This record gives sequence, C-alpha cells and structure tokens, in this order.
Amino acid sequence: MQQETGPFAGLETDLHPPLDGHEASVEADRCYFCYDAPCVTACPTGIDIPLFIRQIQTGNPSGSAKTIFDENILGGMCARVCPTETLCEQACVRQTAENKPVSIGALQRYATDHALRNELSESKTHPYQRAKPTGKKVCVIGAGPSGLSCAHRLARYGHAVTIFDAGDKPGGLNEYGIASYKTTNNFAQEEVEFVLGIGGITLQTGVRLGVDLSLQEVTDQYDAVFLGVGLDSVNKSNITGSELTGVADAVEFIAALRQSQDYSSLSIGRRVVVIGGGMTAIDAAVQASMLGAEDVMIAYRRPREKMNASVYEQQLAQTHGVKIKHSVRPVKIIAGDDNAVAGVELEYTTEGEGGLSGTDESFVENADQVLMAIGQAFDADAAESFGLALSNKRVSVDADRKTSHEKIWAGGDCIDAGEDLTVWAVQDGKLAAESIHRSLT
Amino acid sequence: MADLSNDFIGIKSPNPFWLASAPPTDKAYNVTRAFEAGWGGVVWKTLGEDPHIVNVNGPRYGVVHSADRRLIGLNNIELITDRPLDINLEEIKQVKRDWPDRAMVVSLMVPCEEPNWKSILKRVEDTGADGVELNFGCPHGMSERGMGSSVGQVPEYIEMVTRWCKEATDMPVIVKLTPNINDIRYPARAALAGGADAVSLINTVSSIVSVNLDTMSPEPSIDGKGSHGGYCGPAVKPIALNMVAEIARDSETAELPISGIGGISNWRDAAEFMALGAGNVQVCTAAMTYGFKVVQEMITGLEQWMDEKGHTDLQSIIGKATPNVTDWQYLNLNFVSKAVIDQDKCIQCGRCHVVCEDTSHQAITQSVDGKRHFQVIDEECVGCNLCVSVCPVDECITMQQMTSGVDPRTNSPINSEYQNWTTHPNNPMANS
Repeated sequence: MQQETGPFAGLETDLHPPLDGHEASVEADRCYFCYDAPCVTACPTGIDIPLFIRQIQTGNPSGSAKTIFDENILGGMCARVCPTETLCEQACVRQTAENKPVSIGALQRYATDHALRNELSESKTHPYQRAKPTGKKVCVIGAGPSGLSCAHRLARYGHAVTIFDAGDKPGGLNEYGIASYKTTNNFAQEEVEFVLGIGGITLQTGVRLGVDLSLQEVTDQYDAVFLGVGLDSVNKSNITGSELTGVADAVEFIAALRQSQDYSSLSIGRRVVVIGGGMTAIDAAVQASMLGAEDVMIAYRRPREKMNASVYEQQLAQTHGVKIKHSVRPVKIIAGDDNAVAGVELEYTTEGEGGLSGTDESFVENADQVLMAIGQAFDADAAESFGLALSNKRVSVDADRKTSHEKIWAGGDCIDAGEDLTVWAVQDGKLAAESIHRSLT
Repeated sequence: MADLSNDFIGIKSPNPFWLASAPPTDKAYNVTRAFEAGWGGVVWKTLGEDPHIVNVNGPRYGVVHSADRRLIGLNNIELITDRPLDINLEEIKQVKRDWPDRAMVVSLMVPCEEPNWKSILKRVEDTGADGVELNFGCPHGMSERGMGSSVGQVPEYIEMVTRWCKEATDMPVIVKLTPNINDIRYPARAALAGGADAVSLINTVSSIVSVNLDTMSPEPSIDGKGSHGGYCGPAVKPIALNMVAEIARDSETAELPISGIGGISNWRDAAEFMALGAGNVQVCTAAMTYGFKVVQEMITGLEQWMDEKGHTDLQSIIGKATPNVTDWQYLNLNFVSKAVIDQDKCIQCGRCHVVCEDTSHQAITQSVDGKRHFQVIDEECVGCNLCVSVCPVDECITMQQMTSGVDPRTNSPINSEYQNWTTHPNNPMANS
C-alpha cells in the first residue's frame, strides 16, 4: 500500500505520481511524432518513443507497452529510474522549442503500468511467446537489469535459461540499490515476475559466483554464459576514522533501507554527511532526510558541474533540505565519545592543470553519521582467475558485449562500456542475447 | 477606433456578430444572456408549426477532437424548436422590446405550401422582429419530411417559396442555404430570382461523425442506432469560405448580400468571411464550445486589426478579397517560390523532411555533413507549401518568391511576365 501520510511518507510515496488517463492523454498530445526522433537516438535502448506515445494517444496502451518492451523489457523500471532529463527528454524537440519536453518517462510508466497490471492479473497473457525450444542452454549470472534483459530475450528465441543470483531476491540494484521513492510498492519484484512470465527461465537465488559457482563449471555445462554481476564491492575509504561507529557505506545504507519492514528500526543520525557526488550520494542523502535526519550535507570534492548526479537530482536533494557543498574533500573523520563519529574535517579543493589539489584551508562539519558514496568496484577475482580480459578494472567486451572468452558475454555495470545506468544494463543484456542467439543458431 | 456597427439589408446591429439559428437561440433566457455578453444579433432558432416537433431524448451531438480534446467539428441531430409556437413568438417579442438595438431575425421552416408560409409570416410580423430567415438548410430529420435541405437542394423550390414569402411580408427575407449540393451558385441564383434580400450560408454538412466500435453504432447513438447529422464547427470553415466566395464572385449574384456562417471561431475567421464578401457573420459552434463570452474576443480582435490596418468601418473590408478569388486557369504559372527554413527557429523535429521525402518531392535534407540538419534543396523544391503546413513552429518555414535569376529546379530564367494556363504551350486548348 502506498503510504501518503505518516513519518516516513516520503519513502513510500512515488516521487512522480503516475499519470491518470486524462493526464496521459493531454501529455501524449504534445508529442510531435518527429522523424528519426532525437529522443530515440538519446535512449540507450532505442525505444520507438514517438510510436509508443502515439499509441497512448490513440487509446492503445497495450500496443504502446509492447513497443516499449520490444526494445526494453524493463521499460517499467526505466520509466521510474532513468535520468530522462539527461537522456530522451533532454533531446525532445519541445525542450528546444519551449524548455518543456514531453514527459516521456511518465508516459512510458503509464503504458508499462497498464501492461503489467494486465499481465499480473488473473487473465495473464505475457506480451511475448517463446519460440520453439532450441535445445540450447544459457547461463545468466546476476538477476539484475542486464541479466533479466538478456534472459528474456534468449527465452523469446527458445533457449533454456538459468539465472543465478547472489542475493536473496532477484532484481539486483533495482531491488537493493535505488531510492525507495523511485520504485514504490515492491515494483522491482513485480517486474521480475513479469519478465520471468515468458517461461523457459529458471531462477536460483543465493548462488554467488566464485563461491558457489565457477566460470569453469558454467562454461562446461552451458552453451553460453552471460555475466551480469554488477559491482560487487564498494570502494574502501582510506580516510582516517573510516572505522568509527556511525560511518557506513551508502550502498549498504540504501540496501538496508530498501529491505526494511520497519523504518523506525533503522538508525539515522541527527546530522548526516554524505561523501560523494553521484546518484548514490543523492539517493542516500534524500532518504536520510526522509528518515528524519535534521541536517544532511553532501560533500563533493569537485565543482558542481563535475557532479555525476544530474542537475535535476541535485535540485531534488536541495528541495528535501539537503545542503550540497562542492569542492570539499574529507581529510579525516573525527572521533567523539565511545569511538563514535563526531564530525568530518573537510578541505577546500581547487582544480588546476595538475588535477585536483587541496588548498590547506579546512573546516569541521559536525556529524553523527557519515555515509560514504565514493563508488563501487568490480570484484574481478573470479573473472581474472578464469583469464577474462579486463580493461579499466572491469570486464572488457566488444560491441556485441562478447568477452575475450568464446562462450562468455557480459553486460551491466561490470563491463567497461556505457554508463552505469539501469537502461544501459538492459541494452547490454539485449545486445548480448542477440549475439548469443546468432552464435547458437 | 474602428466602427463595427453593421447594417445588413437594413437590419442594424452594433457589431456584425450574430448568433446563428441553433440551440443557443432557442429561448429568451439564452438570447438575453447572449445580448448581455455583447452579441450584435441573433437568428432565433427555427420555428415550425404546431403541434411542435419532438427531439430525441438521448445524445444529440457528436464531435471530432484535435489534440488536447479541442473541439474542431460538431455534429448534431437536433431538430427545429421543440417548444410551442406561441411561447417562442411571445419571447421573441419581449426580447426585441428589451433589446431594441440588437438584430432579431426569426428562422422559419414550415411545409412547402403557400398558406403555411403566409400564415406564419403574419405571426412573426407581430413580434416586431427585424427579419426572417428561411431555413432551407438543415440536412437531418426535417429533410425527411420535405423541409430544410430537401427544399434547399432544389433551386426551383427555393425560388418558389422565397417568392411566396416576399409577396406575403415586408420584412427582409434571408434565405439560408445548404452546402449539401453540387454547386452553390444555383441555389443562390434561385433565391435572388425569388426576390430574396440576402442569403446566409452555410447550414450544416451531412455527416456521420464517428462509429462506436464496441456497439457498432454510429454516434450519437440512440438505442444502438445512429442517423446522419449536420456537421459544423472549425472543420467546415474552408467549405463555407469557398461557397461564400463562389456566390460573391458570380456575376449574377455579386450584389446579393451574404451572411457568412461556418466554423467562425474568432475575429480572424470573421474578417476572412467578410473579406470574401459576407456582410456580416453568424456563429454557433464557438459559442457552444466556450460560451457567449467569446464574442468579446471577436469584437476586440476585429477592432484592433481594423485600427492597425486603417479600416474605419465594415464597408471598407467587405468583399476586399473577392477580386482575388479566381479560377485555377488564371493563376500565374510564371510565379516561382521556394521554401526557406529559418535555422534559428528550427527545433529539429524533422517532419518537413519526412513528409517531403515520403509524400512529395525529396526537397529537404535530413543531414548535412553528417549532422541532423533540415535544409531545402532548391533544385527539387516545387514550392508546394507542405513543409510550411506541417511545421509545428510558426514562421519557421516560409515560402519566398524568386523574382530574378534562374529556377534551379527547371533551369529556366525567372519570367516576371504573367502567364496562365490559357496561353500555356502545354495546353492543347491554348488561346494562342
């Protein structure tokens, strides 16, 4: 149930409420049905946006959803979490014309919600039918966006797919890593159920690559393997005081919050400092504020324009009372009583030709909780020991998302390509599935 | 300030905006509200004989929407007034007394017999109304009973009934024409021959507005069945403009006053009708879409435009565009224009390119030097105006005349002399 009042209302209320039929109709009417539309070019999965909007406009939301799913089977989640303001909506010609793009993300949600409601209803009809079984077996490691996308496309072609995932639940970052107000009402699990609804996909959770499973085993047992394991380790902070009580990793903070049945049981500081400048920093800071922190500050070491979080995301944080401080970096975390964090010493920075450097001018920000959002890293052990080629500490792939091994493809955050976005992961999985299918048939 | 006062065949009104005979003018209550809002006159909803007709008790209207559910076409199956004649006549009399400066015209429709027309005319005269309008236009319902458009489709009947009326009354007689004919000039000439003081047009166009795909019934649906209705609103304006112009430029009817009707929604539409020869205009759908207040936009818009152009009164605009309506064969074939895209205004939607590429002359690029860029290829552009028509940005694409040099499409020098089809070498029937 969507909770609209109460102390934690913000966490369970859609950041962007879904459009109702009238709103969708008014918004769909704004689309110009551009030729070779810039929004399509800007979408990593290449959804035919003008077509799906026109289908909404003409009263065919099911057909609209099919247009979306043809290119992006996780179109429902992408409608919620895509930074549309830097992708399709930034490219919208109405952005050029009047600084107000068509609300493509909201319309995409309208269509996909319609389809998922039908799909998950009693008379469920999945929009795709599997092709005749090919007898080929494919292993997908990781049930995040790239793995689910890959598995669905392979299942459509009639291949038998087994997905292994290390978590208790499938969904990857959709389930564990995204702010709750972006995906309310257990949507990540609903969407997984939808994707698996095509049939021909077996899911096993609690199976971790390198522990319960080796690449040698799966390459022996399956005709092809897709690696979509994400970034499994967080960058460790080497700042003095990182071990103090009250210092936590932002990714773990978000995951705990997303899995929590009772927000009041989560410990939250009065004064929270989030170190970092990406989406994770924003998600952690806004949710800290929603959980009841009195003062929340994001400390980012570079100037505003270098922030990975979009301007929209920064403004979202600011409207939730989060203060964003640019060009400051943590020098040390200050201990108080009982080995607990009492503050962060931050040093002003400057960017020159030699890169980022400190100015020796610093200040102390009092804090009783510090969340580190300084990036995640690919746990390369399993891949490296199996001899997969890496680049930039991630799996190296070609344009088809094929690795250096003839039976292994990879996608999502663990590869050295694209941006670390859900929508890119979906595209990776789709491209890999097409390539795998070509190689198997 | 421009003078908007209107004298139409001796019927005076403070402005040229009348409400057409239709649902908005069926009762004293509505007409009073209209006059309070500023309408210059009304044509009272068509009166018939007692016993009064009845209307359906289900939906009477169907619509065509454009984007954002803007109403661009309205279809109706409502008949003439469904109130007793006495009540209507009493109300007409009272409202005219209350609003002496406004035009009060009464629309009439009775069976095609002379005594019937003479009888009702006498009763209308008693109300003090300024004139009558003979409804030879409604295409639905009443036409099945030998009235409305079934009269308007037979010029001989038009002339006959008009003559009866002119003989029976001194009130000015306006004949309202149906567009559901092949050539509007014949009914107009017939009205003139019968002695009509003016014609008004167009009445509604026969139409089925939509089909309910669940019930397979035309809309509006009455218990699962539909009947054709009369179509009006912005969608019919072009049909009406042409018919007004045809009558205005026909040598036989050039002097016949016209009250213009058909999709007039704003001051500009009204000015266009008047420029093509209408002495005033009648409005219905705009009022039925937005309420009577729209007349304020019409009055102020027309005033503003007239002031800006230096037109002091309506006479100085009426018919000013009529001489420029001609037959195709007299269009200047030496006139050459090309589309020009203002790159600063272009928002890159690409619709000009795709419609030209798919449906016309392949005369607009989609990219230049590998970058998305829409530019007219003069060597291919025939100047058709399709790109201008589909561009969502006003004034982004314009047609510009070539006045010198060589047309790169035909490699022919621009010829400043006028030449039309009647003398063109490709015309086997050419005069010289």
